[in-house]
Amino acid sequence: MKRRIFFANSVGLMASVVVRPVAALTQSDVLTPLVNAYAAGGGVREGRVKFDIAPLVDNGNSVPVEITVDSPMTQAQHVVGIALFNEKNPQNQVAEFTLSPLAGRARVATRIRLALSQQLVAVAKMNDGSCWTHTVEVLVTIASCIEE
Amino acid sequence: MRKIGVATRVIALAMLGFVSLAVAQSTRQSGFDFMQPATQALQKDDTQNPAMLWVKDGQAIWAQRDGATQKSCADCHGDIKRTRGVAARYPQYSAEAKGVINLSQQINQCRTTHQQAKAWPAEDASLLGVETAIAVESRGQPLAPPAQSQLVDAQKRGEAAFDRRIGQVDLSCRDCHESLAGKRLGGNIIPQGHPTGYPIYRLEWQAVGSLQRRLRNCMTAVRSEPYPYGASELVDLEAYLANRAAGMQLESPGVRP
Amino acid sequence: MARALITVPRTAKRGEILEIRALVQHPMETGYRRSSEGDLLPRDLIRRFSCRFVESGKTDDTGVIVIAATLHAAIAANPYLSFNLRAATSGTLAFNWEGDNGFSHREQVALIVT
Ligand code: HEC
Ligand code: HEC
Repeated sequence: MKRRIFFANSVGLMASVVVRPVAALTQSDVLTPLVNAYAAGGGVREGRVKFDIAPLVDNGNSVPVEITVDSPMTQAQHVVGIALFNEKNPQNQVAEFTLSPLAGRARVATRIRLALSQQLVAVAKMNDGSCWTHTVEVLVTIASCIEE
Repeated sequence: MRKIGVATRVIALAMLGFVSLAVAQSTRQSGFDFMQPATQALQKDDTQNPAMLWVKDGQAIWAQRDGATQKSCADCHGDIKRTRGVAARYPQYSAEAKGVINLSQQINQCRTTHQQAKAWPAEDASLLGVETAIAVESRGQPLAPPAQSQLVDAQKRGEAAFDRRIGQVDLSCRDCHESLAGKRLGGNIIPQGHPTGYPIYRLEWQAVGSLQRRLRNCMTAVRSEPYPYGASELVDLEAYLANRAAGMQLESPGVRP
Repeated sequence: MARALITVPRTAKRGEILEIRALVQHPMETGYRRSSEGDLLPRDLIRRFSCRFVESGKTDDTGVIVIAATLHAAIAANPYLSFNLRAATSGTLAFNWEGDNGFSHREQVALIVT
């Protein structure tokens, strides 16, 4: 016997998130100007930043992310800021952090909303003005789910 | 335009009438076991579980004087830690209410009769806070519905409701939570439907909610008119679910998708 | 009233790197969602967060920023932030959240460094 169900849900989605690294060349042209604006003239390179996202989540309303930057966090050499941008939300900014050497480690973790496959970029700004990025492609698969 | 957390999303899906064996007592599993590690981590760690914010709220309310009598819950009940085991017994028969009531109804009974304050509305943040703060004290305790004839009657009515086909899809609670448990319904994995984590922080709600809210969601999902909050039909279902899960450990506050 | 949960060790050894966790109660309403009646739910966000370290004996000092953040709609409800602190001297950690509709919440946690 076959039955058909129409499941009306408020905001729900089961998001299966698959994360892929993105080569600098293929970074979305939405993200590149955002990164450049944040860098404010400082050189932008790939590397030194690591973006961790849970590979599988039950609901896109709360996706754990962690960003770590390779830096000794001394007065002489430290990260002054970390920015996180997304490609396809109505607003591309997710969060901008200001850090000081007091932190001891260049690391932030939070939980974000993700409802669509898109690129995410983390940018770290060093005290010498240079900027480092890690761009990932996040594939959010929502089974049998039609969005209005 | 793209939006996150959009209002209404319609999930249309075709589901095959799977035939599989009913859940045996020995294979009872909490909804926790059906979740991804990231969601499980949230429940396992009190420093990350957002429901602990509601617990903190409830603990503060426990000590606050209120109502015409200007008494706090603590004035009569002492330290909230002394409620250990209480949440694992509900729903139960109350002589004062002359019927079977759930924990939130017992709390409101204390508000109206002992504090002479206004009852909190269903899903009110203060009510959920106090209920969650009481439930957390029974974490790890086995669900233990007391032996009361009135409660047995409620469990029987609840069981009949659990087996009744409802909604446009004509499925019973048991069809989904036993025959189809572990299968995917659109994006969601269908759990066995045990009440061990309540009140829960549901990622979908982005807040804490009660077991009745969860049950009403299941009814709406199958396009059946949900019973109103506090309806005896919902309490009967809660009583049956607690008995069906008797002996399983309370894990409040759970986190669910 | 909003609640917050801060997780920080009470004591630490000089030079040790500690993990700090801060969770605050807030819906982080995006401004893009509609109610069941179809009305747009007004945006209600926490916009700023900061954690400062105030060295013991310098109580009138506003302290030094450990971390500060500007948050947007894509941050999940009941914002959770985790970051680190290199323990140098005893003092107080001062947490501050600010947002729309006059939202403001503060917490303080003492830290003893040996
Ligand atoms: C069409 C299938 C379906 C039907 C019918 C259904 N449910 Fe559910 N139920 C679900 C799904 C799917 C979930 C989990 C949703 C999620 O992942 O958030 C669920 C969750 C639950 C939970 C929460 C379990 C937990 O671990 O927190 C309970 C309790 C429950 N249902 C009880 C019922 C009752 C009682 C009925 C009958 C009135 C019912 N359900 C009818 C599909 C169904
Ligand atoms: C004036 C004293 C008094 C105050 C104040 C009071 N209670 Fe009670 N409470 C009782 C009594 C007496 C009972 C026994 C059942 C009854 O009368 O409803 C009870 C029963 C309970 C039970 C069930 C205990 C069990 O073992 O089943 C809970 C839970 C409870 N109260 C919670 C609360 C909460 C929460 C508050 C504050 C919002 C509160 N009470 C305020 C007197 C009080």
